[in-house]
Amino acid sequence: MLRIASPRTDTSTDGDIDDKAPGFQSSQGMVVSDASERSRDQKTLRRLAQNREAARKSRLRKKAYVQQLESSRMQLTQLEQELQRARQQGKYISSSGDAQSISGNGALAFDAEYARWLEEHTRRANELRGALSSHAGDAELRIIVDSLLTHYDDIYRIKAEASKADVFHILSGMWKTPAERCFHWLGGFRPSELLKLLVNKLEPLTEQQLLAITNLQQSSQQAEDALSQGMEALQQSLADTLASSNAQSNSPGNVASYMGQMAMAMGKLGTLENFIRQADNLRQQTLQQLHRILTTRQSARAVIAINDYFSRLRALSSLWLARPRE
Amino acid sequence: MDKVRDLASKKAAVIFTKSSCFMCHSIKTLFYELGASPAIHELDQVANGREMEYALRRLGCNPSVPAVFIGGNYIGSAKDIISLHVDGSLKDKLIEAKAIWL
Repeated sequence: MLRIASPRTDTSTDGDIDDKAPGFQSSQGMVVSDASERSRDQKTLRRLAQNREAARKSRLRKKAYVQQLESSRMQLTQLEQELQRARQQGKYISSSGDAQSISGNGALAFDAEYARWLEEHTRRANELRGALSSHAGDAELRIIVDSLLTHYDDIYRIKAEASKADVFHILSGMWKTPAERCFHWLGGFRPSELLKLLVNKLEPLTEQQLLAITNLQQSSQQAEDALSQGMEALQQSLADTLASSNAQSNSPGNVASYMGQMAMAMGKLGTLENFIRQADNLRQQTLQQLHRILTTRQSARAVIAINDYFSRLRALSSLWLARPRE
Repeated sequence: MDKVRDLASKKAAVIFTKSSCFMCHSIKTLFYELGASPAIHELDQVANGREMEYALRRLGCNPSVPAVFIGGNYIGSAKDIISLHVDGSLKDKLIEAKAIWL
């Protein structure tokens, strides 16, 4: 009986499987084998095929496991970096993750919400970037731009709530990175500054657009000055109230007057929240007006430019925090 | 309310304030910056101040001060003024009421 060499289906180079069965020739010779040898060959062939299959599956599982390990390792590195960054910024990191203590603290709660918002915002901005570079049409761009503008409203709503809980935290800018804090004005960014850095990136602009943006910049500047002056008046008045001291004696008159001064000062502090609210309103209105002036495509570029700029500020902050110190 | 309307009609730009209100200070500053000379009525310094404050609240002004009137019409409080300034309408209204000239 003729035995033909069966084709090899497994191309692995693993040398631990013996593919050569006894009594088997891969060249053109004719081999005569009897029935018992044939059945032994078949069993062997089947065993070898199963071995090959098992080895192949094992290699695939090993590959998958190694890939998983590597991605976990990357994640771990990222988490360590974030933790380091957060520690350096002096944020409170709870090792027990006590939800009670975190929710009781308005500042921490806001910081967490802001971080979530920022992550989502960056994701959407990257989506927009991708759409722009893949030459998406105006209709598609419009949808993404509008969703981003709506998303801005979210953070202002969150800030309003946070200002009620802890106005000084919002005012301090501690929820932003150090380099961003450099430019902090009344609880956030200065709208006129943002417009200044955008103008050059939006060309070509029509005469009308350029005029409208210049007017917008001026209006924003005027509103900023007005709010700043109101704040200064508040600070001066607060200082005057606290400085108007009487003699240190504990006579009833003095104690009453001291308490009266404190009550007045408390009232003045209470108006800080309104200043933050109006400053945020100015930010929102300025952004909305800007996007009314721009075409869809220009709006998209503006959103991306703003996102890029603040990303760079945050990167600068990281570099600054990681700098070698004596 | 009559008192409020009466005072509001006496000048092209009228702002009701309180001497203790710092947001009022901001809005006044903005008007001066635009070249307007609004009539200022400090509700904590005038007779009928409290009545006028209630009237302004009923008009929908919250907080009651600053309350801005242009050409005799109620325009709004600080938030409204800032919003109108950003989209250019504030200047238009002031020009129309002859509170400022360009």
